Amino acid sequence: MIEAKALDYRIGETDILRGVDIRVDAGEFFGIIGPNGSGKSTLLKLLSGIERAQRGDVSLGGRELGGYARKELARLLAVLQQDALPPLGYTVREVVEMGRYPYQSWLGGEKEDPEELIGKVMEKLDLTRLSDRPVSELSGGERQRVALAKTLVQEPNVLMLDEPTTFLDIGFQLQMMDYIRDWQRDNGLTVVAVLHDLNLAAQYCDRLLVLHGGRVAAVGKPEEVLVPELVNEVYGTEPIVLRHPDSGVPQILLRGR
Amino acid sequence: MRGKLTIYMGGASALLLCSIILSLSLGGANVPIGKVWSILVHHVPYASELLGLGPVSEGAADPDETIIMKVRLSRVVLAVLVGAALALAGAGFQGVLRNPLADPYTLGVATGSSVGAALLISFGLQVWIGQLTIPAVSFLTGLCTLFIVLRLAYHKGRMELETLILSGVVVQAFFGAMVSFMVSLSKNTVNEIVFWMMGSLSMRGWNYSLIVLPYVIIGAVVLVSLSRQLNLFALGERQAMHLGVNVQRTKLIVLIVSTLMTAVAVSVSGVIGFVGLVVPHLVRLVVGPDNRIVVPLSAVMGGVYVLMSDTIARMALSPKEIPLGVVTAFIGAPFFAYLLWKRKTKGGEARG
Repeated sequence: MIEAKALDYRIGETDILRGVDIRVDAGEFFGIIGPNGSGKSTLLKLLSGIERAQRGDVSLGGRELGGYARKELARLLAVLQQDALPPLGYTVREVVEMGRYPYQSWLGGEKEDPEELIGKVMEKLDLTRLSDRPVSELSGGERQRVALAKTLVQEPNVLMLDEPTTFLDIGFQLQMMDYIRDWQRDNGLTVVAVLHDLNLAAQYCDRLLVLHGGRVAAVGKPEEVLVPELVNEVYGTEPIVLRHPDSGVPQILLRGR
Repeated sequence: MRGKLTIYMGGASALLLCSIILSLSLGGANVPIGKVWSILVHHVPYASELLGLGPVSEGAADPDETIIMKVRLSRVVLAVLVGAALALAGAGFQGVLRNPLADPYTLGVATGSSVGAALLISFGLQVWIGQLTIPAVSFLTGLCTLFIVLRLAYHKGRMELETLILSGVVVQAFFGAMVSFMVSLSKNTVNEIVFWMMGSLSMRGWNYSLIVLPYVIIGAVVLVSLSRQLNLFALGERQAMHLGVNVQRTKLIVLIVSTLMTAVAVSVSGVIGFVGLVVPHLVRLVVGPDNRIVVPLSAVMGGVYVLMSDTIARMALSPKEIPLGVVTAFIGAPFFAYLLWKRKTKGGEARG
């Protein structure tokens, strides 16, 4: 689905990414992890077409990213950022509707009426009762759900997440990730997620890519990647790795000195 | 949305018509409102037959009719057009810069445009390349000003709200001084300085309206057609990009069109401050932030606002006239202060 070879990205004289290869298959939940400053968010910017690499190309569905028109790309690929909505005066409903922009003609109309889809997404994310409230009056968790609803009505094939749960409490974090995984399974969505929390990443991702100093340190299933030696090498702290009692995925306990 | 737009536009147009009639009736010689109405209808082809009205007066020249059609109407139309241009520019700047305090005046673009006009006039080059010389040169100097202000305000790819306004103030002070300097070199100094710094619509014939009209139409069409994109800008530039907006192109078009609106308004009426700030904000207070409604409604309400301000300018100390910019500043500056205060107390976000 998404493929990039030997990506190099520099800002001024500083190398941010060096020789990054990445391949994400259709329908996969793919995680990108790594410490602060490892280039995770930059990699996501390259993959989503916000920035262009100095060397190496990103292709989506076999076509180079640069060859898509903006609107065309927005019909295939949506991005949910951390703290994705500023405190706007628009109502919840108005913001969710903005997700239909890539399907609208220049007069603002659409071929097929999106009402049903919008209603379905808002129902699923428990936003129907907030429909007429301005976004500025919502809590952080509610606001992030509105942002997710907006990206889902965009009907993308690929959803990219840039640390979408950073500012949320643990309850909301799991709720958010569950919503996304349900949607992914029901609609055959491909998800590429930059995640901060290794335990969350291990629970939801099929494969993980570990970035370290702008290079790929490892790629593989969570149980292949989240081993004490590698975590120590990349994060500089040796953790205890356990199996999750429910699912058997690796989970990390930190060990203070 | 369509229904809401129709209702508001209908209401605003009715308000505009009332303001026009009121303004036409007021003046050195007051003409009763009923008579103003019948004179206007009389001049619309076929309308008087349709409404079953007879001719206004049998004689060749009714003095009231002459005053209204020859003197007041041209000024009223120009006020409406200038107001529409400035309010559209304000809505455009605020939308694309995501800054509620941005307007042609606070950004310094209005004063920057006046430099071009003043330069041409003081060197006697008004018709150097024909009728459109002044608007064209004003546009160029306005665009340069905008460029300088934005360059000053951008820091590491970010633009703080207050920094932008501060840059506007600094650039405006400099260019304002340049205009004063140029005007003080010319012969009838005082009046001209007052005109450029404070704005005026007096002694402007129909040809000025004809210069402004096409630009207001073009500007309104372009900004209204980009109003959905402006809504997405509110989410942040990166989000707008992910939703399929060509951010750089949209931004460039809106900035250029808004500057053009400003330059055209300034080249016929001098610097009239705060119109682009006050009008879109008041509109947003009533209809909410949706630019699909705010942009077209601002154009109409801008017309109402400048027309009423100009009527006050004419009438308050009649027969003496107050400069129009004085009236708009008396209303606009406290409003600006109110927006600043509201931001402070609400901890950000004054977008309404």
